[in-house]
Amino acid sequence: MQGWLSIVLMIALGAAFAVGSVVLSGLFGPRRPTPEKEAPYECGVPPVGDARERMSVKFYLVAMIFLLFDIEVAFLYPWALSLRDLGWTGFVQIVVFMLILLAGYAYVWKKGALDWGKERA
Amino acid sequence: MLFSMNAIVPLACVTAAALAAMVAEAFRTPGERMPIAPLGLIGLVAAGIATVLLWGHGYVSFNVVAGDDFGLFVTGVLVVIGLLTIAFSPATIEREQLPAGEYYALTLFAIAGMILMAQATDLLVIFLALEVLSLSVYVLTGIRRDSRAASEASFKYFLLGAFSSAFFLYGIALTYALTGSTHLDRVGQLIAGHTFGSGAMETFAVGLLAVGFAFKVSAVPFHMWAPDAYEGAPPVVTGFMATGVKAAAFAAFVRVFMSAFGPLSAIWVPVLWGLAVATMILGTVVGVMQTNVKRLLAYSSIAHAGYLLVGMVSANAVGRAAVLFYLLAYGVTNVGAFGVLALLESKDRPNDELRDLAGLWNVRPGLAALMTVFLLSLGGFPPLAGFIGKWFIFTAAIQSGYYGLAIIGVLTSVVSVFFYLRIVVMMYMTEPEPGRAPLSAPIVPRLAGAALGLATIVVFYLGILPTQLIDLATQSVARIF
Repeated sequence: MQGWLSIVLMIALGAAFAVGSVVLSGLFGPRRPTPEKEAPYECGVPPVGDARERMSVKFYLVAMIFLLFDIEVAFLYPWALSLRDLGWTGFVQIVVFMLILLAGYAYVWKKGALDWGKERA
Repeated sequence: MLFSMNAIVPLACVTAAALAAMVAEAFRTPGERMPIAPLGLIGLVAAGIATVLLWGHGYVSFNVVAGDDFGLFVTGVLVVIGLLTIAFSPATIEREQLPAGEYYALTLFAIAGMILMAQATDLLVIFLALEVLSLSVYVLTGIRRDSRAASEASFKYFLLGAFSSAFFLYGIALTYALTGSTHLDRVGQLIAGHTFGSGAMETFAVGLLAVGFAFKVSAVPFHMWAPDAYEGAPPVVTGFMATGVKAAAFAAFVRVFMSAFGPLSAIWVPVLWGLAVATMILGTVVGVMQTNVKRLLAYSSIAHAGYLLVGMVSANAVGRAAVLFYLLAYGVTNVGAFGVLALLESKDRPNDELRDLAGLWNVRPGLAALMTVFLLSLGGFPPLAGFIGKWFIFTAAIQSGYYGLAIIGVLTSVVSVFFYLRIVVMMYMTEPEPGRAPLSAPIVPRLAGAALGLATIVVFYLGILPTQLIDLATQSVARIF
């Protein structure tokens, strides 16, 4: 338990400093709001609307497909680096892996998940 | 290299069929009819043959997929469940206008996940398999996309399932922290080698994994999703979920807890004891109050999870073999019962209320008779499969000295006979309500009829001549634990 005391102390001090700064500046700081100060970001592009808008489900679809093929790359790099050690066994395995992904890709493509503009009945 | 691949052959057969179904669906011109169901049947039959050929060899692939007899027995059960499910499916797909390719691809992927789960000997591979089967089943639950009940069921199942996966994963993390390995044999050796007490970390690791498994097998108090998900899914899918998922989850449950956590049995036996008692009692008592046949069978399947847990708690050789035998008996019976329900469904009404079945005997005597056989088997009447299963389980409990469990089990199964017989009485002795359209008599497709016949034969075979299967089950646990 002895060793944990310093960590608890650090967390407590950190929290006290963070909360304290916010509370103190709220209590003693001058408050002269202008529209620029009220904006979420004082510099940069002016906001155009609420962030909590309803998104088209297509974005989720693309995000999901992206994730799948992103994982593929995560497997391909380590394989490419240790290609010589893995030999033909590794080669066959990665080819099988790619073929399975390819089947998925063909499915996604033919089903029209990659067509952005076309309205599907 | 090829040698090391042997253990994954059944898995590869089913996966290949699933991929083929998926690609076939993608390249199908709209309106074209494709024989995708036979494709799935071929994949499953190939997997079945591979299972038989691998029996007794004990191959291990990649050091994490074991083709031992225990895994192969469950693979065989899963293949049978899959074959029956696919045979019942065409009628539902036709009626509900479901996308056939996706339906079969998802079913086959789910079966592939189940097979992997039954054979995996590494916690991470078990988790992977669990996710493969769960994700497919979540989608299958909501495959009737225009039905609100189906979407609700699917969403509930998905959210709670994601939760339980997190529990399961955290349990794996703690096991790894404890032993430095996720491989079951290694974990088992390390735990046995150390004199771990019932420290906090061991308790948490075992407890969290138990929660993950208990959710998948719908043991009380982690059963909340089951009635809703079972009611919202099409009956064929419900039958598949109630048996396949349970068989795979129990296989992994037994493997993890008996082999890796065997030395920690002082921690988990009381927990599973409590789960078993709660599951048997609640499943039965709440089942008595149901008026919807699908919900009723959902609670019945919860109660059956309780009986299976009794087999696990007994933790002796008989108990493990009993779990395997029970999974087969229960699986075939339950898929059959849901298959009959699926055939009774008609386009304008689901026919899943208890009163819908009134007078079924006059309209469809064959279906009524088969349903009676399945229900009596679920209730544990001799000479049907369910009776031998229960007898085997309670024998195991008594041999280990769990008299209380055995008594509660027998009592609850006596009570459960009430609601199974209630359906039978409804079918045979009750007149249809006046003013309610009589049950339309859908034509039974040949494939589904053959599947029903096969299921009935298996139910009688297991009930009358169980010795062979009991020997197989006993052999398959004897070699690995």
